[in-house]
Amino acid sequence: MSEKNLDRRHFLIGTIAAGVAGVSAGPVHDGELGAPPQTFRGAVPWQEGTADAPPEASGSGYVYFTPAEAAFIEAAVGRLIPNDPVGPGGVEANVPFFLDRQLAGPFGRGDHYYLGGPWPRGTPEQGYQSRYNPAQLYRAAIAAIDKYAGANLGAPTFAALAAADQDKALKGLESGEIALDGGVDAKSFFAMLLQNTKEGYFSDPIYGGNKDMGAWKMIGFPGAHYDYKEWVSRHGEPVPYPTVGLRGRPGWRKA
Amino acid sequence: MTTTLKSVDAVLVGFGWTGAIMGQQLCDAGLHVVALERGPWRDTATDFATGFAQDELRYMWRHHLFQNVSDDTLTIRNNVNQEALPMRHLGSFLLGTGVGSGGVHWNGQIWRFLPTDFLTKSHNQQRYGKKAVSDYDLTVQDWGVTYEELEPYYDQFDKVCGTSGKAGNLKGEIQPGGNPFEGARANEYPTPPMPQTLGPTLFGKAAAELGRHPFPHPTGNLSEAYVNPLGAQLGACTYCGFCEKFGCGNYSKASPQTTILPYLMQKSNFTLKTECEVLRVELTPDRKRATGVTYVNSAGEEFFQPADMVILSAYVLQNVRLLLLSGIGKPYDPKTGEGVVGKNYAYQTMSSVNVFFDDKILNPFIGAGALATVIDDFNGDNFDHSGLGFIGGAYIAGMVTGGRPIEMIYTPQGTPAWGLEWKHAAAKNYLRSFSLSVHGSCMSARGNYLDLDPTYRDIHGRPMLRMTFDFTGNDHKMSDYLTDRAAEVAKAMNPREIKLNRRTGSWSVVPYQTTHNTGGAIMGDNPKNSVVNKYLQTWDVPNVFSMGAGAFPQNAGYNPTGTLAALAYLSADAIKSRYLKAPGPLVRA
Repeated sequence: MSEKNLDRRHFLIGTIAAGVAGVSAGPVHDGELGAPPQTFRGAVPWQEGTADAPPEASGSGYVYFTPAEAAFIEAAVGRLIPNDPVGPGGVEANVPFFLDRQLAGPFGRGDHYYLGGPWPRGTPEQGYQSRYNPAQLYRAAIAAIDKYAGANLGAPTFAALAAADQDKALKGLESGEIALDGGVDAKSFFAMLLQNTKEGYFSDPIYGGNKDMGAWKMIGFPGAHYDYKEWVSRHGEPVPYPTVGLRGRPGWRKA
Repeated sequence: MTTTLKSVDAVLVGFGWTGAIMGQQLCDAGLHVVALERGPWRDTATDFATGFAQDELRYMWRHHLFQNVSDDTLTIRNNVNQEALPMRHLGSFLLGTGVGSGGVHWNGQIWRFLPTDFLTKSHNQQRYGKKAVSDYDLTVQDWGVTYEELEPYYDQFDKVCGTSGKAGNLKGEIQPGGNPFEGARANEYPTPPMPQTLGPTLFGKAAAELGRHPFPHPTGNLSEAYVNPLGAQLGACTYCGFCEKFGCGNYSKASPQTTILPYLMQKSNFTLKTECEVLRVELTPDRKRATGVTYVNSAGEEFFQPADMVILSAYVLQNVRLLLLSGIGKPYDPKTGEGVVGKNYAYQTMSSVNVFFDDKILNPFIGAGALATVIDDFNGDNFDHSGLGFIGGAYIAGMVTGGRPIEMIYTPQGTPAWGLEWKHAAAKNYLRSFSLSVHGSCMSARGNYLDLDPTYRDIHGRPMLRMTFDFTGNDHKMSDYLTDRAAEVAKAMNPREIKLNRRTGSWSVVPYQTTHNTGGAIMGDNPKNSVVNKYLQTWDVPNVFSMGAGAFPQNAGYNPTGTLAALAYLSADAIKSRYLKAPGPLVRA
């Protein structure tokens, strides 16, 4: 944070950029559970330096995934969003790194999941019904899928399968035709993996995926702009704004 | 150990839209008011500044502004033969929390219900016969309040919000450019309608060619700067496309923060306490009068707040749960049809039609929560239902709330959900597709209700609320008919292709639909059929008032906020003009 040419967005989120391994230090202002009780009277409260800035991913390498899990994730994400000249693949967009930081953080811990018992299976309409938090689910599911591959698909792991066979296995998980050990509901896991993969692909680059905003550029989403007034009535014209994230874009900084 | 606090005139339980409205109204009448909010303080500059508000992952998918269900959720099932299980993750509806609550992360779609919507039972029975209101075990009722009685309060809310729109019916005179089906309005909207982007414009042209009556969606995303009667200033919307599920960083979306709190927070007779969750309403031994509320704060300290009046101004589901936990009103029993608390829970019946062009760039990221052109030709009883087999309807909106790419990439029929084919479809269609939203009514039925769960408990040891709900045959027929009407408009836009997303199967908690939960603490004209009278005063305990969409006996084909705000102003008016002079029932049972 020593650059003199800090842009405004960078300034706003700068204070939490030093988070350890992508998990931010406790925010000054907690917009969620557990902030201290407060009483307000006679004025609109205001305290400087408490902006509820987003928790940026940082560092490099995996902190949650084991090497075997990383091999699965990189293989699966590469099939869910393959690379080609139209746009980046999931791996090229850094989705595995995004997933690792998400699972290492509050999302992985199930901070916004109710995980209390009892845990009957439920109907599809009742949604997620597992005792596992997302990080635990990924761990159990990846082990179970590799075990399934070893027993049924003639390869030691999912990652060792040919691409076409990986696709077939993913379709089996998606439809629930493949049953997994370890108390893992295959459909539930596949739905979460696909959703999280798309999140990593299209979310703001501060979370570690969507490298160089490549997925946004591919579809034509200009990113975190907040004023399109002059374009509302210019029907059918391409908006020429360069793609920008919460941290800005390369052109905002001096070479 | 419970600490008893100094008594106040009124305590507000929950501090979103209705809490802010009641706080302002009662404080202006000179009352000492304490508001208890279980979530944190929130303001624009601190919590959703433009520097970081446009963050789809954090707000939409990681639920940063929503109720955290990890220590308190509800249980859900489709019918009484199933075991209800916890909603372990938000999906179908996105509950609010914190100051402003859902009023922070709503879209700003401000509607009035139709005059006939308040007479759902009597009007439809008269026009279509008794079967029309009783088939499918429907339990629809009249509201006990009329559009005409509510009109001044709708008007009041429009002025507080600065609603942008075009009147279609001014004092009975139909106005060009507005909604010709709406009830008579005393006044034009405070600010002009938003200009429309290409998608809604094409929708409006196609609808007009088919003989429909398109008009701009009334909106709390303001078309121009505005100062409301409380002196609060709102700025013109910049169409960033991050309204719904997000806080507005630009002071352009009407919310308690932008319209009421700058005024109310300065009043010396108003106190707000955050991180304080009300556990129950305390009653006198004869259960005829509330003495106050017991609450616990985030430090684990428990307090009794005595109050002359208790206003339940939390979300529908919390209000109903507090009534049940406190023993106010007789719980509803779906087997016998007796009892009232929890009765007539309803929702919103949603479907959509996607439209794909080859030759047009629609720039979906230029959006706002209510940036839409709408037709109301098939809502409520605006059309003849003879022979159709259902009552109710929907508005159909060519709408662009934004182009947030995790949530809002439309792909043609038959496109897989992943792989190269999906990626190519996303790349090809993102700028060239559009969605028509079919926003349908939901008629209450005997088997749809709220009660306390026998198994699951929250962090305080209280039973969770249990929701038993499924769409009825009436809703499915309505939705199919309306989706077909939307498809007609979609085809008339001359696209390459369209995709129908019908409302099929049972209600599921997984995909987001709307946060328009209604009923359970319904209003009516007598204590046998309702929890509250038309002033939202509970029949059983006259110093307890229950605000919000819980009062709706069934849900109309519109977003609920305009109507629940109008009901709050009506209630406040009755409290100020009559109740304070002679505390007691405002309607004779």
